[in-house]
Amino acid sequence: MSYKIYIPIDSTAKSLGANEVAHLIELKAQSRKIDLQIIRNGSRGLFWLEPMLEVETDQGRIAYGPVTENDIESLFDAEFFMGKAHPLCLGVTEEIDWLKKQERLTFARVGVIDPINIKDYEKHDGFKGLKKAIQLKPNEIVKEVTDSGLRGRGGAAFPTGIKWQTVHDVPSDKKYIVCNADEGDSGTYSDRMIMENDPFVLIEGMIIAGLAVGADKGYIYLRSEYPDALKVLNEAIETAKQNNYLGQNILGSQFNFELEVTRAAGAYICGEETSLLESLEGKRGMVRYKPPLPAIEGLYGKPTVVNNVISLATVPIILDKGAKHYADFGMGRSKGTLPIQLAGNLKKTGLIEKAFGITLRELLYEFGGGSATGKPIKAAQVGGPLGAFIPEAQFDMPLDYETFAKVNAVVGHGGIVAFDDTVDMSKMARYSFEFCAIESCGKCTPCRIGSTRGMEVIDKIKSGIDVEKNEKLLRDLSETMVDGSLCAMGGMTPFPVISALNYFPADFGLDKDLSKA
Amino acid sequence: MTVSKKELDKVSECIERFKDKPGALLPLMHAIQDNIGYIPEDCYPQIAKAYNHSVAEVHGFVTFYHHFRRHPAGKNVLQICRAESCQSMGSEALEAHCKQTLGIDYHQTSEDNLITLEPIYCLGNCACSPAVMINDQVIGRVTKEKINNLIKKLK
Repeated sequence: MSYKIYIPIDSTAKSLGANEVAHLIELKAQSRKIDLQIIRNGSRGLFWLEPMLEVETDQGRIAYGPVTENDIESLFDAEFFMGKAHPLCLGVTEEIDWLKKQERLTFARVGVIDPINIKDYEKHDGFKGLKKAIQLKPNEIVKEVTDSGLRGRGGAAFPTGIKWQTVHDVPSDKKYIVCNADEGDSGTYSDRMIMENDPFVLIEGMIIAGLAVGADKGYIYLRSEYPDALKVLNEAIETAKQNNYLGQNILGSQFNFELEVTRAAGAYICGEETSLLESLEGKRGMVRYKPPLPAIEGLYGKPTVVNNVISLATVPIILDKGAKHYADFGMGRSKGTLPIQLAGNLKKTGLIEKAFGITLRELLYEFGGGSATGKPIKAAQVGGPLGAFIPEAQFDMPLDYETFAKVNAVVGHGGIVAFDDTVDMSKMARYSFEFCAIESCGKCTPCRIGSTRGMEVIDKIKSGIDVEKNEKLLRDLSETMVDGSLCAMGGMTPFPVISALNYFPADFGLDKDLSKA
Repeated sequence: MTVSKKELDKVSECIERFKDKPGALLPLMHAIQDNIGYIPEDCYPQIAKAYNHSVAEVHGFVTFYHHFRRHPAGKNVLQICRAESCQSMGSEALEAHCKQTLGIDYHQTSEDNLITLEPIYCLGNCACSPAVMINDQVIGRVTKEKINNLIKKLK
């Protein structure tokens, strides 16, 4: 009798010892003469429980976690491989509250399948969207994406269908699909999870994008900080080629599509789409002026779709289940679901895919379980290093692009970093400027110079030098950066700075009344 | 520092490999660095000539990207995440500990050439902060003890 055991191969699970656990289980099974079949699946995203093992049983998969090397002996003694009781047993995986409360569309397969097993992917509805798309006219594919209400999940939230329509409508001998996989925002890891744990869904989404706009070449611009994702993607692309999902006459149609991964080189700015295109062309990642939009003149001057990993990975399910199915989730103009990433100082961190509309409080306390240190949560930064710090008073806001915009905050790529009450918000504000100074491409003055001047002004305020004057100067400088920068790097760095200043003036040594001036 | 003949041969091989590739500089520089550990300035003229760039353009390209090094690193590269999520879990104390233990600052190599210390801005391991990367391996929920053991193991 052979038992099936799942051990995640996701890099966060590995960062907590999943490989060592897998190795020990293999050895122990050999010495006890138990026939185990170990499958390296993706992570379900319940990172506080990783490494989390699963065992296949008649009732479904049973989970155990977090498993350390010291637990292996007792797990075998308890015959965990048959799904039997053990202090680490979490019950049926799908019934774990944290997972059960989610609405997983883009992440439907993540953690369930073996990432690079194409048969496993096909068995779990893989390539169904592509098979439908191949029967449609390009315009009909674009319409389906437009009707779904999908907006760019990279952070800018531009309607994906409209972008595709623009590229579709421009006549050109050559067009490109570029996947922005330069996931540089701190507190975000959903792109990484898709690429490591369900790479075929991204490949499928890119093929569909190619079909829709008439592009035959795709690039995945992948950040160099993700060596595991690079290996998985290259292997998946090779397998997709062998199975005629990539290459010539895909699935017997007239459509050809080539795909390759380009490794980035550690520049945050290259997550900005025009800077990314410059980098792909083999240049310094300097931001371009817009217009022309990349949709009209993009890579090598040709019409180019530049989409984030999550946007592209969501396309297959939209084509498979229909635009309406997707659009029925969410609220207002934020349709569908968002893969939310809980990070920082929280008890239960991980990936939560939910329809738009959930509040920060539910995320931080019900899902997140409050701070890891047990202290009150003072602020949460949503949407990466360019996102505002949100104070406790605003935790009841629903997660929705428009609601956040009203208070000068952003949903961005859906990353949430929690801070407990030991954080000094003036230090965080200073760090925002510091990060901008390190990562600015240098093309425009407000970003290049403003970031360094910003640090200096904060230092002066903190040292009590001309406080009133310098606070005014800080606000003035921020306004210049917002209005005068070429892209979001300089244009949004003031968001975290000003939010820290407005909501936590005491951390700057400022009198509360003064901050309202 | 002068480049060895063996290194130069490797660079020439890489230059040849990407000659017909559009946007070749990124994969080329990665290939050079993967092969010999850094991108020697002495090779800029050769690269410039092969790809029809100026030497200044090659220099500008290499220096723009944090990932590319102009000098060889130590035997191991330890990167400490400085981004917000890791800060919220005490990465500042961790970086101070590393600097003190190794007796070096960022972008420096320990005297025994064992470890080069680098800052990094997000490893995508924010669910298990603070995080570090040693060569290609990410480690989560790092404590001072974990770092000490890691350094001991490398010795």
